[in-house]
Amino acid sequence: MTSFGSFLRQLARDLWSQKLRTFLTVFGIIWGTVAVALLLAVGEGVHQRQTRSFAGLGDRIVIAWPSRTSLPFEGLGKGRRVRVDESDIEFLERRVEGLAAISSEYNDNLRARYGGRTRLVDVSGVSPVFGVMRNMIPAEGGRFINPTDMAERRRVVFVGNELADDLFGDVDPVGEEVMLHGSPFLVVGVLKAKDQDSSYSGRDHSKMIIPSTTFMALTGQRWVDLFIYKAPTPDGNEALTKRVLAALGERKRFDPTDTQALGIWDTTEMFVWFDTFMLAFKLFLGFMGVLTLTVGGIGVSNIMNVVVEERTREIGIKMALGARGRTVLGQFLLETMVLTAIGGLIGLALTWAFCAAVAGSPVENAIGTPVLSPGIALLTASVLGLVGFLAGFFPARNAARLDPVVAMKL
Amino acid sequence: MNWPLTKKHNGEAGGNGHIIEMVGITKVYDTGKIKVEALRGIDLVVDPGEFVAIVGPSGSGKSTLLNLVGCLDTPTDGSYHLGGEAVAGLDRDALADVRNRRVGFVFQNFNLLPQLTALENVEMPLLFGGVGRRERRRRALDQLARVGLADRVEHRPTELSGGQMQRVAIARALAMEPDIVLADEPTGNLDTGSGSDVMSLLTELWGQGRTLVVVTHDKGLARRAGRVVEIRDGLVVTDELAVA
Ligand SMILES: Nc1ncnc2c1ncn2[C@@H]1O[C@H](COP(=O)(O)OP(=O)(O)OP(=O)(O)O)[C@@H](O)[C@H]1O
Ligand SMILES: [Mg+2]
Repeated sequence: MTSFGSFLRQLARDLWSQKLRTFLTVFGIIWGTVAVALLLAVGEGVHQRQTRSFAGLGDRIVIAWPSRTSLPFEGLGKGRRVRVDESDIEFLERRVEGLAAISSEYNDNLRARYGGRTRLVDVSGVSPVFGVMRNMIPAEGGRFINPTDMAERRRVVFVGNELADDLFGDVDPVGEEVMLHGSPFLVVGVLKAKDQDSSYSGRDHSKMIIPSTTFMALTGQRWVDLFIYKAPTPDGNEALTKRVLAALGERKRFDPTDTQALGIWDTTEMFVWFDTFMLAFKLFLGFMGVLTLTVGGIGVSNIMNVVVEERTREIGIKMALGARGRTVLGQFLLETMVLTAIGGLIGLALTWAFCAAVAGSPVENAIGTPVLSPGIALLTASVLGLVGFLAGFFPARNAARLDPVVAMKL
Repeated sequence: MNWPLTKKHNGEAGGNGHIIEMVGITKVYDTGKIKVEALRGIDLVVDPGEFVAIVGPSGSGKSTLLNLVGCLDTPTDGSYHLGGEAVAGLDRDALADVRNRRVGFVFQNFNLLPQLTALENVEMPLLFGGVGRRERRRRALDQLARVGLADRVEHRPTELSGGQMQRVAIARALAMEPDIVLADEPTGNLDTGSGSDVMSLLTELWGQGRTLVVVTHDKGLARRAGRVVEIRDGLVVTDELAVA
C-alpha cells in the first residue's frame, strides 16, 4: 500500500488530462443512477402512500352489511330482509372459528353542538376493537373508547380530526363537553390525521364515534347497519367469511351461498390486487431503470474502450518496464470503479435531493413521498459497480494480453 | 582504456556462462495478406560484460531482434536462453519479471510517459518491482543524478530536450540495476551533441561491467563497441571483434 498515494495522484492526473471524457463518463453514470434510483423511489413512494391510504379504511378487514335474500331457502321465499342485532354478533363471536376481532357498527346522522356551533354529524356506535381494526389512532393526549365505556354505556365520544377543528376551533377538544342528540358527551379522544381513500359511511376525519351500547340507548336503534371482522392473518379472511356466512345463514335461515343476503367487502382483495399491481409496476420501473443503466454502461464501456485504445501505448511501455498484466488491469479497473463510484454517489445525492424537495412540495399530494431506501441505493450501486467493472475489464484485459512491442506500436 | 577482453562466438548452443544465447531464431510477421520474414534463423551468443553493436540496413530486422532479446516480443521459432534460463518456458508474469529485473531497455523515441515527471518515470520500474516508496524515490533520484539530471527531476518530458529525455530513459533503464542494457538507436532522434553525451553514458555503463547490446546506424557508436554484428535480410552476415 506504500504506492497508494502516488497511485491516487496519478489516477487523478490521468482523469484530469482527459477532462471531457471523464466528465462524459461520470455524467453517463449520474444519469443512469438518477434514472434508476428515482424511478424506484417514486414507485416505492406511490406504493407506501397508497397502502397507507388503503389502511386508512382498515387493515385488511372484511365489512359485511345485512341486506335481503336473493335465493329461496327451505321453503322461504326470496327478498326477505336479513336483520342482525347485538346478540347475533355475540353468537358469531362464540361460534365462528378463527375470528380475531369483530365489531358491530350503528350509523346515524345526529345533531352535535358545542358552544354556539351546531353541525349535523355522521355518528357511529361501535366496540373498542373497532379502533384497532379501522386504524383509528388517537392523537396525543386522547384515547379511543374502551370496554368500561361499553359496559357502563358512558356518554363519551371520539371525534374525527377535521370535525374537531371545525367544531372546537382552537380549543383542545379532549375533556370538553359536547351536546349530541340532546345529551352531553365527554370528548375522550381525537383522531390522529391519516390518509384514507375509501369509505362506506363518511370519512373518518369528519365522524364521531361512540360506544355501541350508548348509541342504542341514545337512538333506540336495534339492528346493526353493518359489522366488520378479520381473521388472525389476512389470507384467512376468505375462509373466515365462508364460516361467517354459514353460521349466520343457519341462524337467520338463508342460503350461505346467497351473495345478496349479506353484502361483503373483503378489503384484503384490494391489498392483494394492489400489491400485485405494484409488484408489476416496480418490475416495470426496475426493468426500465436497468435498461437505462445498461445503455449508460455501454456508453461507459465505449468510452473506456477508446481510453484504453488511446493508452495502449502507455500499457505497452509499462509492460516493457516489467508491469504484470494484473497491475495494468487493476489500474484501469480502479479507474473505472472510481469514476463509477463518483458518478453513482452524485447520482444518489441528486436523487436524494429530489426526494427531499418533493417531500415539502405540492407534488407530494399527487405522487406521495418518493422513498430512496437503502435497498434501492444498494441495488443501484451494485448494478453500477457491475457495469463499471465490465466496462473497464474487457478493453483493459485485451490490451494487457498483447506483447509489449505490439502494444507500444499501436 | 581497459576494456574487458571479449571473444568471438560462433553460436554454439549449450555453452555455460552465456548471458544471451539464441539459436535458430525466426520471426514472421503475419499481417493477414502478406507474411514478412523479419528474422530467418539468427544465432547469437553474448557473454557477460560484452558490448555488442548491431548494425545493418533499414528493415534488416535489427529492432525485431533486439525486442526478442529484451523479451518484449516472442519469436516464431528457435530457442532463447537468457542467463541460462529458457525464455519459452516462462509465463507472462515471469516474463514481466525478467523485463523488470534483468534487462533495461532504451528506445529511439524515448517512450517516456508524458503525464509523469522525470522522477516518476524513473520510479516506474521500481514500482513494478515492488520497491517501497522511500527506497524508490532514493534510487530514482540517484539514477537521475548519475545521468546529470539532478536539477530536472520534477520536469515533465515535454519540458525537457531530446537529449535530456533520452537520459531520463537511460536512468529508468538502470533503475532496477539490470545486468543487460539494450538500446535501439538511442541516438537516432538526437543532434550530434546530445547524441555523443548519450553514447558516453552508455559506454560508461559498459565500463562498469554491464552487458550492452545496442542497435545503431551510428558509425562512431559502433566503433566504441567491442563487437559488431551485422544483419542483412534477417540473417547475421558478419560477427566480429572490433579492432580497437
Ligand atoms: N509489426 C510488424 N508487422 C509487420 N511487419 C513488421 C512489423 N515490424 C517490423 N516488420 C517488418 O520486419 C522487418 C524488420 O523490421 P525491423 O523494424 O526489425 O527493421 P530494422 O532493422 O530495425 O529497421 P530500421 O533500421 O529502419 O529501424 C521489416 O521489413 C519490417 O517491415
Ligand atoms: Mg529499427
